[in-house]
This record gives sequence, C-alpha cells and structure tokens, in this order.
Amino acid sequence: MDGNLNALTTVFTEFYYWVTVVFMFLIHVGFCMYEVGASRRRNHMHTLMKNVMIIPLVTVTFFFFGWWIYWAFPNAFPGMGGIGWEAGAPYAPWSENMGTHLGDRITGVFWAAFLLFSWTAASIVSGSVIERIRSSALWVHAVMIGSVWWIIDAAWGWHWDGWMVKVLGYHDAYASGVIHAIAGGYALGVIMVLGPRIGKFAADGTPRDIPPHNPWMLTIGLFLIYTGFWGFYAACNVPVIAPEVIDGQITGTTWTATNIYLAPTTLSAITFNFLMSLSGGLMAAYVVSKGDAFWTFSGGLAGVITASAGNDLYHPIQAMLVGAVGVVIVYKLHYWVERKFKLDDAVGAVAVHGYSGVIGLIIAGFLLWGAPSSPYEGYATINPIGNTIGAAIMFGLLGFLPAYVLARLQAAAGVLRIPREVELQGLDYAEHHAYEDAVHAITEADLAALTTK
Amino acid sequence: MSTIGYDSWAVDLAEVGAVYPLQGTEWLMVILGVAFWIGWHRIQFVREGAHLEEAKHMGDEEKIKELLKKY
Repeated sequence: MDGNLNALTTVFTEFYYWVTVVFMFLIHVGFCMYEVGASRRRNHMHTLMKNVMIIPLVTVTFFFFGWWIYWAFPNAFPGMGGIGWEAGAPYAPWSENMGTHLGDRITGVFWAAFLLFSWTAASIVSGSVIERIRSSALWVHAVMIGSVWWIIDAAWGWHWDGWMVKVLGYHDAYASGVIHAIAGGYALGVIMVLGPRIGKFAADGTPRDIPPHNPWMLTIGLFLIYTGFWGFYAACNVPVIAPEVIDGQITGTTWTATNIYLAPTTLSAITFNFLMSLSGGLMAAYVVSKGDAFWTFSGGLAGVITASAGNDLYHPIQAMLVGAVGVVIVYKLHYWVERKFKLDDAVGAVAVHGYSGVIGLIIAGFLLWGAPSSPYEGYATINPIGNTIGAAIMFGLLGFLPAYVLARLQAAAGVLRIPREVELQGLDYAEHHAYEDAVHAITEADLAALTTK
Repeated sequence: MSTIGYDSWAVDLAEVGAVYPLQGTEWLMVILGVAFWIGWHRIQFVREGAHLEEAKHMGDEEKIKELLKKY
C-alpha cells in the first residue's frame, strides 16, 4: 500500500465490502423466516435446518473451489481461450492469498461478498422444495448451484474479462440473470422431478393454495430480504477506482465507482433505481393480485430483480416501469405454468427470481441497446440478442439443465424425496413428540413439587 | 521459533505477507478440509436415510391427525 491515498482507498474498499457482507446476511435470515413461515407446523425444524446448513456447506466449498472458478473460468467456453490457470492461481485454496496475509486486504472480503451471493442462489432453490425434499439431496444441490453453476455464470457474464461480455455484449449489472434467472431455472429443474406436495392438486388437477402457517413471519422475512438487498447492490459495485487502475478507454483522472464490469456508475444512481423499481414492483403487484399480501410483497422483490440488469444506467422512472411490467408478466406466468404443468413451487421462487430475471435481461438488452458493456476496447455493445442469449444460458443451460439431470439421478437412486408416510406425519414428528413428552414430564414434576411443599 | 514465521513485529509491514501458522502445509490443510466436508455429507446421508426409514413406522395415527389439524 504505497502512499496514503492508496492506503486509504484499500482500507476503505476492504471496509466497504465487509459492510455489504453484514447486510447481506439479512437476506439469509429473511429466507429462513420466509421458509419457516410458509411451511406447516409439522415441518418447521426440518425446514429451518435445511436452509441454515446451506451456510457452512456453500461456504467451505466456495473456499475450496468456487472462488477459483470465478477467476479461472471467464473464457472457459469452447473457442474462447479455455481455463485461465494463471489468473486463477492466487485464488486456489492452497494460495497464500486465501489466508491471513498482510499484503492482501481485499481477497477475503471480496470472496465473502461473492459467497453471500452463493448462499442466496442456493437459498432461492431451497424455498421452492420445502416439505418434501430430503435434506441430503437439497444440500448437494446447494453446493452445485452455490459453488459451481452460478459462479461459472458469474465468470462468463459478470466479470470484466467474461466471454459473454466481450462477445455478446451481455449486461447484467445487479444480477437479474447471474443470480436470479439461474436460481429460478435451477429450482424449476428440481421441482419438475421432485413433484408437488401431497394435496397440492385435486384429483381433477385443479391447484390448491397451501397457505403459510404464519403470514407475519413470512412478511418480516421478505422485508429482511429487501434490507439485505441493499447490501447486495452495494456489493455489486467497485466503490472507488482511478481510470489508470482500470486501464481501459476512460480518459482523464476522475475517480469513480463502477459496476462489476469496471464501467462507471454511482452509488447514488443505484439507490434511486433500487427504490423506484421496488416501488414499481409493489404497485403493479398490488393491482394485478388485487391486494394479495404475499404477491404484493414478493412483487416488490420481483420489481427490483427485473430492473437489476440495467439499474446502473436506467433513469429512475424507467426502473419503476421496468419493475412494474416485469411483475405483471411474472404473476400471469406463474399461475399459467402451475395450471398447465402441475408444478408446486412452494414460495414462487421460479416466478419471482427466474422469470423476473429472464424478463429483466431481455428488457435491458432493448433499453440499453448500443451502450458500452465495458470500458475496454473491442467489446460488443449491449444489445437485445446478446442479452436474450444470455438469459437462455443463465436460466436454461446453467440453471434448469444441471438441476434436472442431478435431480433425475437422485430420484432414480431413491434419495430425492422423503417417504409419503413421513410427509404426512411431518418431518419434525420425532422431535415434536420428544418436545411434548419433555414438556409433559417437567410439568408433572413441577405439579408434584407444588403439592409436596 | 514461531509457527507464523515472525517472533517480533519489528518489521516493515510492506515486506510482510502471509502470517498464518504452518505456512507451506497449505496442500495438507486443503486435503484435510475436503475430507472433513465429504465425510460430513457421508455421515449425514447415512443418518438421514436410517431416520426416514424408522420414521415411516413411527407415526401414531391419533397424534398425526392432531398435528394435521394444527396446520
């Protein structure tokens, strides 16, 4: 850290990412509350444990290989140059940089910021499969989406050197596709094989609503996800950087914040757009769902997700309208798919994350048509074809396909779904009765003590 | 003698890099870490399978009805 300004910039950047990580922890807290609120009483502990254990499993695997993939895979696609062994070397788990190192103050916090995105991707899938998946099966999926598939997509389409950015002009500043579309596609792949919960569909195929056992818990969960989303947005930026450090086409000496592609934006711009797209989503969802609480609050999230691909550059009113349009399409699509294909997406994850992400990418391709995708020379500009192909890669190739294949293998081995008897009696049956028996025993003991006093 | 390579902080920090113990054994630590992770999955997978098999025959019908009504 030569010179006071460089030292200050480094320490500020270190602290900046650290703060985003703390904020993003709330996303996971929110997902846990949401899932438990949506599940029925007989499955609470299992549902909670299923989501909590995503944290350590994705964390250790993201340390072992996820972070290395991000740096080594930007051009790991046929015809694009292959795996970057040299670029990945400092981020392999045996590298000195992946430890306590006084000469590297950024790797740990930057790794953690991406890791929290990984938890989110896995947690999105977790919600859609509640009350019938085996924990062991979900945790393998969590590792695969959290430490393999999403980070490959980030290397390809969310890295300054990613082939999708260079060749397709792919633009996805706040992760409509690289987190939400892929996670929604992945969830769809799993639930197609897993099947619906008992009772979800009547004998004639009519879908039944399975209401949350605690709508208030669900609401607070969603609001915590909103809160964590602020950290997510900030974490997608480089907070301050000099043009000579970017070493691209930007002229002059004005320092700036950038998006993940090192193209200029401001924290102020994304604050405008986050709030306006949240508002557009809430308002549209309230209208389209006729004031249904679940859909209105989820619609706020869907609004942000739809606008996220272009929220570094949109005008706030554009962000609001994009969020609103996305929510209307997502709402209609969710019920059409549920009726047509008899799919049980317990928390609407495929719709709120997957469809919103895809729609957001396509809209960004049109609305930002011709804008530079990168500060570097020779990159394709943003365009609708590139972003639509990108959406298909995120949702289909890296999301749906690997999930479907793995779930089919698990189903064939009989290790995907819990037995029907257990689903009916509830996954917490043993714990629940142990608790009731303990309460009964201690109450009896207290009463006996009272009478002998 | 120090496990971290320094026994005093009388150093120029610009020349200090890694300071964790047992530098040079990173490969071994990775192997241990991966074994811990894979072993965890194995133990959990076996236990869950046995638990679900047992749970299939555990339910008392009256208690289950009571639970279902509680929603």
